[in-house]
Amino acid sequence: MSDTIAADTADQTGVTPAAERQRQEASSRKASAIELRGLHKRFGRDTVALDGVDLHIQAGEFFTLLGPSGCGKTTLLRILAGLEAPDQGTLIVGGKELTEVPPHRRSVNTVFQSYALFPHLSVRENLAFGLKMRGLPAAERDAKVDEIAAFIKLGDLVDRRVDQLSGGQRQRIALARALVCEPDVLLLDEPLSALDAGLRAQLQVELQRLQKKLGMTFVFVTHDQDEAMVMSDRIAVLDGGNIQQVGAPDEVYERPANAFVARFMGHDNLFAIHRSEDDWVETEIGRLRLVPDEQRDGADGWLLVRPETLELGPEVPEGYNRMTGIVRERLYRGSRIEYRLEVNGQMVMAVASNLGQRIHREGDEVTISVCPEDLVRVAA
Amino acid sequence: MVEISQHAMRRRAVVGEMRHLLFSVTPGAAWIVIFLVLPSAYLMGVAFMTNGPYGLPQMPLTLDAFERLAGFGFLGWSPGNLYTLLRSLWQTLLSTTLVVLVAYPIAYYITTCRERWRPIMLLAVVVPSWTNQVIRTFGWMNLLAPGTPLSELAEGLGLISPNMGLYPSNFAVTLGLVYNFLPFMVLPLYAAFEKLDTAQVEAAQDLYASPMRAFWHAVFPQTLPGLLAGIVLVAIPAFGMYVIPELLGGGKGMMLGNLVATQFSGGSNWPLGAAGAILMLIATFIGLFAMRRIGKRLGGGEEVVI
Repeated sequence: MSDTIAADTADQTGVTPAAERQRQEASSRKASAIELRGLHKRFGRDTVALDGVDLHIQAGEFFTLLGPSGCGKTTLLRILAGLEAPDQGTLIVGGKELTEVPPHRRSVNTVFQSYALFPHLSVRENLAFGLKMRGLPAAERDAKVDEIAAFIKLGDLVDRRVDQLSGGQRQRIALARALVCEPDVLLLDEPLSALDAGLRAQLQVELQRLQKKLGMTFVFVTHDQDEAMVMSDRIAVLDGGNIQQVGAPDEVYERPANAFVARFMGHDNLFAIHRSEDDWVETEIGRLRLVPDEQRDGADGWLLVRPETLELGPEVPEGYNRMTGIVRERLYRGSRIEYRLEVNGQMVMAVASNLGQRIHREGDEVTISVCPEDLVRVAA
Repeated sequence: MVEISQHAMRRRAVVGEMRHLLFSVTPGAAWIVIFLVLPSAYLMGVAFMTNGPYGLPQMPLTLDAFERLAGFGFLGWSPGNLYTLLRSLWQTLLSTTLVVLVAYPIAYYITTCRERWRPIMLLAVVVPSWTNQVIRTFGWMNLLAPGTPLSELAEGLGLISPNMGLYPSNFAVTLGLVYNFLPFMVLPLYAAFEKLDTAQVEAAQDLYASPMRAFWHAVFPQTLPGLLAGIVLVAIPAFGMYVIPELLGGGKGMMLGNLVATQFSGGSNWPLGAAGAILMLIATFIGLFAMRRIGKRLGGGEEVVI
């Protein structure tokens, strides 16, 4: 038994045809939109977990709450689950207001970070727990548990004890235990954080496929921007109890709303803008042309230069910005080469795909070119 | 040649290991043999001996003591000892149950307090047991005697007949037992509550368990090891308790411990006392065995019960 959600690779999510049909029928009537309005939550006197959060999550969307620890993402998830009550604000799921509804009356299920399986129960009893609490007769419970076990490819794990399972297997049981209840919304609280890197990468892809197959609304919490980008339809970046930006992965990565989002998405090349006009900026690394941005409100703080958009070489394509830099450091990473270049006294990161071109050495002077379209102004 | 020397070396290694084992086990084993096995063996021997003129055991071997214990005396069968056994069992069951009912909320409450208050609250539970048990029991006698406020209150409510007082009575014995054994239940339960995995409780709520059912399915199983440990710590000494029934029961609510004690202290019948002790030992083993079964069935805690 492998440690994967669906043992098969390629585009079969390890689903038996019959189970798949049932799933699709079920999913067409599930999937609920979520509406959050003005959520505030404070812990103690000084800790503000949520500071007025408004959010709309569409039905059937894979939505990720991304942010550093203490940003409020877990609190938001717990409010969705009903495990925490907001001080102010409204929560609406599938058109029904749930703000005051206790967790056991919400058709919302959670995959906990620690999995929170019941160690005194067998895997089968764990899977049947939610159905039992809902008062489903034993025969129906068994049928549904068998169905989900086939769907998630649990196989003979069902008759084991929880303490006989590996981390990856527990993760799958926790997922199956929530899914078997066929909730309107599935909440996932950093479910992959305890797994090693390889398994994690595999499960990211499979979890995303699973969500598409089920058509269920998934709300996923993580602090890992790569994970968020791989899996999500949309991402909300949180910091200090506020939403910093909501958007598709490419929007958030390529057009970060502010310096915090830019840095959190892994961008290091942020340069202070001294002067800004419609189609050019004066920055720490020189004067650069860029594309006029109509939505720009004039409050520019930083210029974002993504390392992968910089081209190194003698030729500068027409219309490109041209800079000169000195290679100060070079990291050979196999598929790509990372350079730290000194431009105008500032350190600029550049990443080149390793396509067999000349590899610059430390101390070399190189010509850098960048397309104006790839330069982005970022609010402070 | 080579084979022989290898064999010799292996033998030497085994002997060395044995010697090491012997050294590390001997003190403990000696302790158990000297202070547990030998006295128990002596006690068992005594139980099968004849009662001498001054209550001391003598030859020949006989089953007289067990016949007396079963209630067969000079005047035919009397149910006195049987009542004592049943009273002991009932008193143990009742007081252990009450201890659980009182200790469970206390232990939970302490874990909900701020961290710096918890040691103080635990201390408050434990400190009384640092005082001599006899003194504390005398304290209860003074509190429950006829004419005291508590007794008069009970009288006023019509719970007891006039001038009887709450002491001496079976009620006083139960109260004394509950009071005395409370710390032994609170401490293991507190330990269980303190390491309670709250994620499991939240998972239960998330999976449609009402607060009551979340308690039963997610909290209670986690506290079961502590609970079983507490029951063992309370029920076994309570079953053999001597001081509290003696003082608070006023000689009426005699328990098995008192029966055994009087056979030795009054100098009346050592073999009978020994037979009573053996009966208690057997009852205790049956109780432990039952607990083990229950613990296994409820899916936890078998490790704490021997």
